[in-house]
Amino acid sequence: MSIPSSWYLILAALLFGIGALGVLIRRNVLIMFMCIELMLNAATLTFVTFSRTLNDIGGQADVFFILVVAAAEVVVGLGIVVAIFRRRSTADADEISSMEG
Amino acid sequence: MVLATSMTIPDILVFVTGALMILVGAAGVIVAKNPVHSALCLVLTLFGVAVLFIEQQADFLAAVQVIVYAGAVVVMFLFVIMFLGVDRTEDVHDEPLMGQRPLAIGLVLVLVGSIVALGSEAKWSGGSHSVVGINQGPYQNVANLGKAIFTTYLFAFEITSALLVIAVVGAVVLARRSMITNAPRTDSLGNPLGATTDFEGADR
Repeated sequence: MSIPSSWYLILAALLFGIGALGVLIRRNVLIMFMCIELMLNAATLTFVTFSRTLNDIGGQADVFFILVVAAAEVVVGLGIVVAIFRRRSTADADEISSMEG
Repeated sequence: MVLATSMTIPDILVFVTGALMILVGAAGVIVAKNPVHSALCLVLTLFGVAVLFIEQQADFLAAVQVIVYAGAVVVMFLFVIMFLGVDRTEDVHDEPLMGQRPLAIGLVLVLVGSIVALGSEAKWSGGSHSVVGINQGPYQNVANLGKAIFTTYLFAFEITSALLVIAVVGAVVLARRSMITNAPRTDSLGNPLGATTDFEGADR
């Protein structure tokens, strides 16, 4: 409880960076989704850190709502992935290119 | 930040353990060739975040993190991976776009650098904060969080229920196959649409 909050914030920044890197370099749609989860977790870690630093429960309440939104996002996102896979038999982001001009 | 000077050895050990779990797991997610391995590395990261939640006295959120993320979200990922049969290895060595990887790494370094720079420059604590502390007594985290959610954040909580209903309905609409039209249908070129390739529900 007495670790300086800057350590947590730097760790959250690194986690967010790794997630962003994964979205940028991977082509499997499912792995890109997992990287979005990594970025969401970096945000929740930041919220909890500030909640502790400022001694305010509001940050933890925000994390609660982030968890709900993340769960809903995964449900819809995986539904879209399944629908695309049924039509095109691929989970590769580069091959889902029928909307390019 | 009053407490910042009183680090103890167990605190540092717990933090380092959690940080290692998070970073190793996150690196595993983006490096692993097999999506199943990525999902398992994601579990490691999520557990690391839960460890740091406990270290920061967010007991309820740590439990929810393990139950919802590691229990539900990752299982759903694994289910879809197995269901689609995409658990073959992707060749991560050929770059589809020239210079994509170096450019991505450079961009991310700039991103992390600017986040850290912003964080070190900013004056963080401002305004009057508030209402309820995170722990107003022993083992009061759940009670305080519940009080905040059901009073201050009640409207957001109610909207959350609408969001969940929308997500469930959306997932059902996306995933179902149409049971209404059983007559053979053709696409714009006159080829019959096979039952395995159409998903009319998503067109509406």
